[in-house]
Amino acid sequence: MTIPSPYLLEALIIRKVFDDFVALDDVSLKLARGSFHALLGENGAGKSTLVKCIMGYYHPDGGNILLDNKEVSINNPRDAHNLGIGMVYQHFTLIPNMTVAENLILARPHLPAMIDWKSELAELETRMATMPFKVPLQSNINTLSAGEKQKVEIIKQLLLDSRLLILDEPTSVLTPNEADEVLGQIKGMVDDNGLSVLIITHKFREVTGFADEVTVLRRGKYVGSCKVAGTETKTMAAMMMGSEVIAEPLARAETKQNETLLEIDQLSAESSSGETAIESLSLNVRAGEIVGIAGVSGNGQRELVEVLAGQRDIANGSIRLHGETFDATRRQARLHNLHCLPEEPLKNACVPNMSVAENMAFNNFDIPPYALKGLLINRGRIRERARTLITQFKVRTETEDTRIGALSGGNVQRAVLARELSGDIDVLVVANPVFGLDFKAVEEIHNRIMAARNNGTAVLLVSEDLDELLELSDCIHVISGGKLVYQTTPSEADRSVIGQHMAGH
Amino acid sequence: MNGDDFSLLSVIIAVLGGAIRVGTPFIFVSLGECLTEKSGRINLGLEGNLVMGAMAGYAISYLSGSPWLGVLVAGLSGAALGLLHAYLCQQPRVNDIAVGIALMILGTGLAFYMGKSFIQPQAPRLGSFSLGSWSDIPALRAALEINVLFIVGIILTPAMAWFFKYSRWGLIVRTVGESTDAALASGFNINAVRMLSTMAGGFLAGVGGSFLSLYYPGSWNEGLSSGQGLMAVALVIFARWNPVNCFYASLLFGGAAALGPALQSVGVTSGYYLFNAAPYVLTLAIMVSTSSNNRVLTGIPGDLVNPGR
Ligand SMILES: Nc1ncnc2c1ncn2[C@@H]1O[C@H](COP(=O)(O)OP(=O)(O)OP(=O)(O)O)[C@@H](O)[C@H]1O
Ligand SMILES: [Mg+2]
Repeated sequence: MTIPSPYLLEALIIRKVFDDFVALDDVSLKLARGSFHALLGENGAGKSTLVKCIMGYYHPDGGNILLDNKEVSINNPRDAHNLGIGMVYQHFTLIPNMTVAENLILARPHLPAMIDWKSELAELETRMATMPFKVPLQSNINTLSAGEKQKVEIIKQLLLDSRLLILDEPTSVLTPNEADEVLGQIKGMVDDNGLSVLIITHKFREVTGFADEVTVLRRGKYVGSCKVAGTETKTMAAMMMGSEVIAEPLARAETKQNETLLEIDQLSAESSSGETAIESLSLNVRAGEIVGIAGVSGNGQRELVEVLAGQRDIANGSIRLHGETFDATRRQARLHNLHCLPEEPLKNACVPNMSVAENMAFNNFDIPPYALKGLLINRGRIRERARTLITQFKVRTETEDTRIGALSGGNVQRAVLARELSGDIDVLVVANPVFGLDFKAVEEIHNRIMAARNNGTAVLLVSEDLDELLELSDCIHVISGGKLVYQTTPSEADRSVIGQHMAGH
Repeated sequence: MNGDDFSLLSVIIAVLGGAIRVGTPFIFVSLGECLTEKSGRINLGLEGNLVMGAMAGYAISYLSGSPWLGVLVAGLSGAALGLLHAYLCQQPRVNDIAVGIALMILGTGLAFYMGKSFIQPQAPRLGSFSLGSWSDIPALRAALEINVLFIVGIILTPAMAWFFKYSRWGLIVRTVGESTDAALASGFNINAVRMLSTMAGGFLAGVGGSFLSLYYPGSWNEGLSSGQGLMAVALVIFARWNPVNCFYASLLFGGAAALGPALQSVGVTSGYYLFNAAPYVLTLAIMVSTSSNNRVLTGIPGDLVNPGR
């Protein structure tokens, strides 16, 4: 009799090459049955690629996958589901125009040809009773908060009776409390129901809090794996980063905060569905200060940033830069040195199919020296400048001609930041700038924002991460229902009070 | 004045009758386009399917003596064009709008070429139900002459709405149209789903075309279609990708198109060409009034907003 293998899943010497870029260079991962396994690595290390190869979403160019010590061939996610492997992807895969119930039904391996909604809903309700969290079955997905969506994603996989649940950065859209709740429940299922979990995360707090073992990747290569108990986070960080040094936080310098550069006066704006998203919002930002805006996502932050970026019309009120009314033209943004880093930059501030160099030139391709007499584009100059920015901001890309959509999330963020933070900046608007970035990148970007402030830039920082706001801001506002409802400073701030205002109390 | 009342009434009756008569091909083309767009692809070539369907339907009806066989073949010709559209679109770096325009030209050109010899002969036409026999007003009787394809359209509309909500295939089509990522993650074959949806949509557009040659106006010639296939695209937007709305919108467009002839029949001839432009003006007005800088169209399939791949 053979001894059963302790491993539920073994991915052995997996290789994945995109065009001629080696994303996974013979990487192996072994996951013990009933364990909570964390997969760590900096942005672009190949974590998502590895789990997508396991799921059959990508087809690896080499290596094999063993389940229960038997080699399996997984050609598409459906095969993986049939083998009891479920995955929650880094980006939501729920369908916004459908209800929660429709989304849950769709995941089933054998959909009936005709759907009897009455009995399906009844069955979902009973199964829901055994789930770690509740979600409203009849609601449309686009009415749910990010946290609720993530719960639906996880429930969707649990309903499939997955033995192995793969989670790709499941908590980046959640508040720390929500993250603890969700991960705590899943940990419960690992301990009680024999579920195995493979989780990708950038947060050490979650690794030490929930995981049993870790595997670390760096630049597409396997670095090592170890038990979490008895390993210091410092050691894990060193495995992730190798010999690279991590920047120390930049100190807040004394600045003369006198001149008001950005004035938002009684501003109202509509959301994409035509409802009031911002209502009579007034706010000032002075030179050399960072004004933070805290709030649960979906309370008007997105619309506020879009108005400032010129992507959304003002319904009422006005915006002034240097005391002059801002009409969201390119000329004015340039005149007043207004720069914007919206959330999800790949979607909101890039053309994914254009090259990194082209994307980096959006602000100035039409003025000398990049455009001769404002007409002919000097591509050489544009690429030359892109090369400088790529080195300066450590954007990891093959060349400046790579299409920006092929960069990992963190590198897109860096590329856009390089574009927006170069040259003179008087007013800087940033939204969730470190969403999904590894800790090294977080430190780097925070330092850049702080440096801009120290140089006299007026910074408006919109973020869902309270820690980030407390670290960077000079003054914090809480937004709820499209209005500013509370104001405080980091030194006087009380998290629970802020939390209450965020929740709308 | 009595005469005026009478002519107003007859205009209304004529517009109602026209809404049904002119609207029927719109119903089929817009339902077809709705199905195709729900799967995440836009087929601008339906004008080609329509003209091709008109020609094929007429030719087969003439050759076989059976108008229903004509309708079937018209549908199949549309499905074949749909297949070609889908096949071309799934090649790398091919854009569905461009393919649609090419196929529109190909479809009409091919139909003109193959249909040359069918311009003169008289083919057997599709039948109708006379629902107005109780009335002795001839105009009302004419308006209530309900064609069989309209009845099919009445049945097809709720059937398609049901399909999207209650059937596995309907959910799969919507998933593919809403998010290619979600569809991939669920293991659906995106190209296959889109191909079938485009073929089914093309089939319906072909059937709509056969109505033109086999019922109203009722003969085959090269000036048969006046852009119904293209206007159907606008109509689907107006209908917010909802089959039931497509049906009503088709009647509205049909009524608008019947306005010119109806006015002419009671002697208002001054603005004839102007009134004939009513459906086009309506299309433009609808497109302008329903677009906004700040809002996303409700109901638009997600993949048409943010194309995945
Ligand atoms: N479809 C693709 N085509 C080309 N290159 C790709 C593709 N997907 C990923 N890559 C490249 O492969 C590398 C690994 O990407 P991957 O998404 O796996 O990183 P990651 O470890 O998940 O990073 P992050 O923490 O930012 O999510 C990156 O350098 C990325 O640019
Ligand atoms: Mg990733």
